[in-house]
Amino acid sequence: MSILVNKDSKILVQGITGSQGTFHAQQCLAYGTQVVAGVTPGKGGQTAVDGQVPVFNTVSEAVAKTGANVSLIFVPPPFAADAIMEAADSDVPLIICITEGIPTIDMVRAYDYVQRKGVRLIGPNCPGVITPGECKIGIMPGHIHKPGRVGVVSRSGTLTYEAVGQLTALGIGQSTCVGIGGDPVIGTNFIDALQLFNDDPDTDGVIMIGEIGGTAEDNAARWVQENMKKPVVGFIAGQTAPKGKRMGHAGAIIAGGQGTAAEKMKIMAECGIHVVESPADMGAKMKEALGL
Amino acid sequence: MKVHEFQAKQVLARFGVPVPKSGVTDSVDEAVEIAKGLGGSVWVVKAQIHAGGRGKGGGVKLARSLDEVRQHAKAILGMTLVTHQTGPEGKLVNRILVEEGQNIDQELYFGIVIDRATSSPVIMASREGGMEIEEVAEENPDAILREVIDIATGMSAYQARRLAFGLGLQGKTVNKAVKLMMACYKAFEASDAAMLEINPLMISKEGDVVALDCKMEFDENAMFRHKDLAEMRDLTEEDAKEIEAAKFDLNYITLSGTVGCMVNGAGLAMATMDIIKHAGAEPANFLDVGGGATQERVEAAFKLILSDDSVKAVLINIFGGIVRCDMIARGVIEAAKNLDLQVPVVVRLEGTNAEEGLKLLEDSGLGLIPAKGLAAAATKVAEVAKGA
Repeated sequence: MSILVNKDSKILVQGITGSQGTFHAQQCLAYGTQVVAGVTPGKGGQTAVDGQVPVFNTVSEAVAKTGANVSLIFVPPPFAADAIMEAADSDVPLIICITEGIPTIDMVRAYDYVQRKGVRLIGPNCPGVITPGECKIGIMPGHIHKPGRVGVVSRSGTLTYEAVGQLTALGIGQSTCVGIGGDPVIGTNFIDALQLFNDDPDTDGVIMIGEIGGTAEDNAARWVQENMKKPVVGFIAGQTAPKGKRMGHAGAIIAGGQGTAAEKMKIMAECGIHVVESPADMGAKMKEALGL
Repeated sequence: MKVHEFQAKQVLARFGVPVPKSGVTDSVDEAVEIAKGLGGSVWVVKAQIHAGGRGKGGGVKLARSLDEVRQHAKAILGMTLVTHQTGPEGKLVNRILVEEGQNIDQELYFGIVIDRATSSPVIMASREGGMEIEEVAEENPDAILREVIDIATGMSAYQARRLAFGLGLQGKTVNKAVKLMMACYKAFEASDAAMLEINPLMISKEGDVVALDCKMEFDENAMFRHKDLAEMRDLTEEDAKEIEAAKFDLNYITLSGTVGCMVNGAGLAMATMDIIKHAGAEPANFLDVGGGATQERVEAAFKLILSDDSVKAVLINIFGGIVRCDMIARGVIEAAKNLDLQVPVVVRLEGTNAEEGLKLLEDSGLGLIPAKGLAAAATKVAEVAKGA
């Protein structure tokens, strides 16, 4: 078992004929993922990735013809929010958007639309989701993963790989790894992912990787204290980040705090999360927390 | 993307938000001409820099005669204005805004941001105009009124009314405030703003509602569809290295330490800074070469790092996902060949094509120091930075 995706997931790639779309669709196929369709408006009827994947003009047609149930989006930023809404309109239950640099107002609209349609969005600006040994839906290097029982959820792409690399090196496999994305407006937050891991009988513990800014980690920590039945190891990137450089002027106010790493780490520790100060200790801490 | 007060006011005025009559200039003589043209007997001379706290720093002056306009213009133009937001080095004032004076009765606060928690635009207003909203939030959070905007419908008039009454406005002023708030929201959404702040929002003795000071930031990711706004960018207000970095789609921020870093991904870049500090050294910069880094960008990144004289050692930390490590290695080798490499460079490559990348580095004969693992790389670079 795993969360969100498994060997039966059928993937459609929006933006499959672009260079990123083609390259990563190829990589996903090579990992054993079922990439059943691609969508590029105007290129319907063609095939992509050396003839391996049929291309359609619209998501609704791709879904009707192939039964795809996950959409992976590589559409360029000006058109990506529309691509998300097109997938949601076709009732694709899981939409994973890799695109970085989508205008925030566009994402506010797309997020609202996705909520109303009742489908799940992961990202944007994220590496995607992988269930090691079953399917890889995203841009992460598949070979560093190992099937197992630890979940990983992170706002940062490469830092997720770092955590996975450490786990694998220690012989600890992963159930599912979810990159939720680094943008201010994202479809799935820490709590959503933690909840899924908490309910998954095949996940024993979770590594949660946050960043400075906002209060998503604080809220997640409080949720963990109340609900989580499994050990959570936490790291916050940006302990040495200069104040005010990245965070918007009034953005953190509504949330009530300043969103510093120190603040977040303190709250996480108070809520029973195993917080590590060094990003090199994430794997080792999980090993310790699981008593392995 | 930040813009100047006078530019923000131009944007707001286009959407029908009342702003004081004014003119902007870089000359003392012209400042006096502007004041003459505005008429009246009171003017305000305001320094135009991308930082708040200008009043306290001496960058905003009231003039009660044309002579005083001249004096203030002379004093402010060319001054290095230091405020709590400029840092101790301050900012050079190249332009001033000359505005008609106002009959101030009340100063309020009005702002719009995109709230992460609700994934919606949120409007904030308070009676504590002139004060920084951060201070109000800390000392008297109940004084801040909030309205969450439904993006599908936009701001509704009842929300603006609720704010206006909440601010204690009465009579005709209520409708004027409602009109201003609706126009501000329209301006915010239509111009892809990331932040809009009117502080103070003035209620005049005559009952008019006017944006007396204004700050706007725009979403850089949306500037492709706002050529007119993109042209408002003032590069003299930005860090020269950060501008250079932006040309190559690199995300770079200057810091004060001695270890230069080149990392892929913002999260790993921050984590790399953190671990350098744990190893007993200080990072000289934040640099994210991004997901789709090309050889050209890596070379530009390397040059940028080495152009900082305080850099005593460099740590390259790449975990290849989209980025292939062999491509990064080629960029590093090319740059190292073209630059006269005077500082030790520690390289840690992991992920896609890591072995090929490491082999390329070893075979290059450039004396690059390979490291295995994040902790080892940080320890190594801290050690060589101290030795240098």
